Amino acid sequence: MNLTLKVWRQNGPADGGRMVTYKVEDVSPDMSFLEMLDVLNERLTLEGDDPVAFDHDCREGICGMCGMVINGVAHGEQRATTTCQLHMRHFEDGATITIEPWRAAPFPVVKDLVVDRGSFDRIIQAGGFISVPAGSAPDAHSMPVKKEDADDAFDAATCIGCGACVAACPNGSASLFTAAKITHLGLLPQGQPERDSRVVAMVEQMDLEGFGGCTNTGECTAVCPKGIPLDAIAQMNADYLKAAR
Amino acid sequence: MATKAVTPRPAPARAAPARRGGFLRTSNGKKAVMAVTGAVLVLFLVAHMLGNLKVFAGAEGFNSYAAWLRTVGEPAVPGRTLLTLAEIGLLAAVGLHMWAAVSLARRAARARPVKYAARRRSRADGYVVRTMRYGGVIIALFVVWHLLDLTFGTVNPGGAAATPYERVVQGFAPARWWVTSFYLVAMAMVGLHLRHGLWSAFQTLGLARGRRRRALNVLAAAFSAVLVLGFVSVPLAVMIGVVK
Repeated sequence: MNLTLKVWRQNGPADGGRMVTYKVEDVSPDMSFLEMLDVLNERLTLEGDDPVAFDHDCREGICGMCGMVINGVAHGEQRATTTCQLHMRHFEDGATITIEPWRAAPFPVVKDLVVDRGSFDRIIQAGGFISVPAGSAPDAHSMPVKKEDADDAFDAATCIGCGACVAACPNGSASLFTAAKITHLGLLPQGQPERDSRVVAMVEQMDLEGFGGCTNTGECTAVCPKGIPLDAIAQMNADYLKAAR
Repeated sequence: MATKAVTPRPAPARAAPARRGGFLRTSNGKKAVMAVTGAVLVLFLVAHMLGNLKVFAGAEGFNSYAAWLRTVGEPAVPGRTLLTLAEIGLLAAVGLHMWAAVSLARRAARARPVKYAARRRSRADGYVVRTMRYGGVIIALFVVWHLLDLTFGTVNPGGAAATPYERVVQGFAPARWWVTSFYLVAMAMVGLHLRHGLWSAFQTLGLARGRRRRALNVLAAAFSAVLVLGFVSVPLAVMIGVVK
């Protein structure tokens, strides 16, 4: 496959940045999107150019490091897929592909397609944990949890914190990310003692970081590689109203 | 072998009491204001739409309904008391709804200072959602015209002296097709606004979850359609001469 890429290049946080066009030839349809970028980067390196910086780690869809907006869609058109698990067979030969970093004020660009997602860490630090004396793992049946709650908590816990929800949201809201952690911990017995303080602190931190508000557009859940449902945001809203009363 | 001293973690702080105005400063607080004031306005729209249908009962029925709105509660309370209270409540709801909308829209604009080069494509049901902000502005402008037209009679051919029924019939006369068209466009906007706004309010208040969300979504669509049909039936009936 031969492709034309329009890639966002930005030397550093202070640089204005621009879209740069590259031709990539002999791309195998079996390559992942990141492998296709590797091909481009090897060529750029050989030519003495600066390779395109992008975040990646596990390349098997579970770490949450990779992510870019491909043709205007976070992680690309393929649903429930991280960028590393997106394969080139989903693109047409000769296609032009636009590649941009997550765009949000709380996600400042570090270089090219790499953004600083420290704001997510600070939201978690604000309350996305449980304070328990950690000993050996308790017996699985020592604290019964309703099957539905266990399932919903687990679904929410699959969030990998990639930031696609923020990138896709027309308001740049981090509601789905924050709500996933609140739902995960709030549905389990261990999360109850801090349930109220957690939601208040995390929502406040989310606002402090400069994320937008949720307008229930559903764009976040549509691009989420883990399919975190909007129910999580409803749970966060309910918990917040209860705690802030 | 030294054992590591176990320092007990401090007891988790209870939810800090909301700072003065703290709730209204958070995005979640503003969303709640938006949802509750929106619900008030929806209830008003239902009553308004049902009241409008009185026009099909003829001039007398419609005019006496209008008069009743001003005398309801008498003699327990002076005339127009309940109507005035309702007007104050509606004005407050509209004001707070718009304040929350503007505030959240500005926050959203600040959250994405650099736009995407590729057109960001909607992956969800994006069309209705995109009409919310500009649709709201159109609806606000419409309300101003609507009050000048049928409440104060300033821009109505019948003028302030005409009875409510006369104002409706003369206001939507076929010669004033452009007024009727504006009403129809505005009502379509109201329908789209409620299509998203209704279930969105339930979501914001944390009431839409799981199977209930799907039911609410269908309900929001059906409710908006019925409400809009009820509203547009009056100007259309006048235009085609069913009501004269």
